[in-house]
Amino acid sequence: MGASLTTAAALTINGISFGMILFLISSGLTVTLGVMRLVNLAHCGFAMIGGYIAMATVDYLGFGLLTALPAAIIGTMIVAALIERTLFRWVYGVSELGQILMTVGLAFVMVATCNIVFGSLLHALPVPSWLTGNLEYAGVVVSAYRIFLVGVSVLIAIGIWYMVERTDFGARLRAAVDNPRMARCAGINVRQIFSITFAAGCGLAAAGGVLGTQMLPLEPYYALSHLILVLIVVAVGGLGSLKGSFVAALVIGVIDTYGRYLLPTGGGFVMYALVLVLLLARPQGLFART
Amino acid sequence: MAILSRSRPVSGTMREAFAAHRVNWIDFAIWAVAIAAYFLVPTYLSLGTTVLIMILFTLSLDLAVGYGGIDTLGQGAFFGVGGYAAAYWALNVTSEPISGLFIGAIAAAIVGVLSGALILRTRGLTLIMLTLAITSMLQEFAVTARSITGGDDGLTGYKIAPILGLFHFDIFFHAAYLYALAVLAVCFVICRIVVNSPFGLTVRGIRENPVRMRLLGVPIRTRLIGLYTLSGAIAGVAGAISAQVTGLVGTDTLTFLVSGNALIGLILGGFGRLYGAFLGAALFTIFSDRAAAINPFHWLLGLGVLLILAVRFAPDGIIGIIERLQAAFTNRRRIEP
Repeated sequence: MGASLTTAAALTINGISFGMILFLISSGLTVTLGVMRLVNLAHCGFAMIGGYIAMATVDYLGFGLLTALPAAIIGTMIVAALIERTLFRWVYGVSELGQILMTVGLAFVMVATCNIVFGSLLHALPVPSWLTGNLEYAGVVVSAYRIFLVGVSVLIAIGIWYMVERTDFGARLRAAVDNPRMARCAGINVRQIFSITFAAGCGLAAAGGVLGTQMLPLEPYYALSHLILVLIVVAVGGLGSLKGSFVAALVIGVIDTYGRYLLPTGGGFVMYALVLVLLLARPQGLFART
Repeated sequence: MAILSRSRPVSGTMREAFAAHRVNWIDFAIWAVAIAAYFLVPTYLSLGTTVLIMILFTLSLDLAVGYGGIDTLGQGAFFGVGGYAAAYWALNVTSEPISGLFIGAIAAAIVGVLSGALILRTRGLTLIMLTLAITSMLQEFAVTARSITGGDDGLTGYKIAPILGLFHFDIFFHAAYLYALAVLAVCFVICRIVVNSPFGLTVRGIRENPVRMRLLGVPIRTRLIGLYTLSGAIAGVAGAISAQVTGLVGTDTLTFLVSGNALIGLILGGFGRLYGAFLGAALFTIFSDRAAAINPFHWLLGLGVLLILAVRFAPDGIIGIIERLQAAFTNRRRIEP
């Protein structure tokens, strides 16, 4: 195999694992934005909260990354449910500009709080010892953790698909999404379904935040600095479409990784140009919900 | 789908359309405060100039977002392009400031026409992301094209000649403050005439109901591109003033943060009312500056709490509170005699 081909293979795998992290973080947002009509610009903050909870359990309780993960997901879901029940209740009826203002304010509070509690240094969570090091196959060298990430993320994506398409809860959710009034008439508690979905989406974001610290290191401004990338994934994928977010996250992850490798100074240019072309060609996103 | 809908009752819009022609007490109050600040707090004129520039920039955003319903996070593109154009003009052609303002406006207007023609077919989140993508591409270009833009260092080292050959830019921002105030006043008058013109009324109609305006025979896209271009030109002027009075223009002017701050100021003040931009941008800029001066590390906490409370207790912005107080006052007067 030629050197360029092995580099390409390594870049592709790195891009896919980055894309999977983006998918985990954006999957909750596409539901809140596209289905619940809530412009939640604090969504990345929940990924950050998950990451910091994991960091705290690793540092103070001596957990490993994989035991910290469920703790972080559950902790974030509790925080998310509390915020949804209190603060967000104020803005469900407010105009979207009001929602933007409130959720940006919430993101600011998250940034400042994490800054006070955890300091402003960059952190990456320690990778379990059996996942450190590189795997080599036919000259292609990739870190074992990246492969692990792809595997875990695919499992989670399958889990989401199963929940939405094959369970009773999923059927209720789809009914509530397609026609909230009709669903309410059929005895479905739409508000409750949305609250659970919101918390679950934040839990997924937390999973992305915990697993992705190698690529998106923890820092207080995490909540704001990665928001744009996540919003791009949601817009390109199509509002409310999980499948769309999956495909868009993979495309953006791979293109971004290649762009930064091939053009270190202007790598972002390639990605934004691609976003421009994609959105002009398909303004409703790749997989628009009709 | 329009992510950001901002309809208000039609009767309110009609009443406002007629009332907007009259000069009322708010006109006197706001400009009196701006002039009084020059005499009362001469040590804060640097901050005051920043506030005036942010007001002008937020005013331009109000044209697009508040009046046209054009959801954008890309207003920084115009600010940055206007600034770079003015700095380039001062470096290479002439240091005369007023021609620099026109150059900034023209450069930003060109970006407005070209990008508007491309992206104004879309609405909502898609439009926000498109405006953001264009701003980010311009920023990446500014970082890469060192020979034109100076790369990460930005453009600096240019001198600005006295305004009209008379008033020198001093380090205490005396001339700069009055210069920014004068330009703001001129741009405000232009905005006020435009939003109350037939053009402005059709644009507001498009914001409320594009399909109906289309059926009435209004060329929607042309009108929106026109509005976007005007909004861009004014933002370009704001960028040009900023470049002239600070003597520096960098790639940070092109980030979405510039647009985001202006949008926060606009919503805080109240959109679609022109003066909302004045109150919101002033409050946001002064609050950020003071909070950062008191605690440079944790000031975002105060700002975040302010924004959350603002949505809870003042969903129409500051101007909404004033309007409600005014309405309560006139109603009482009407009943009492």
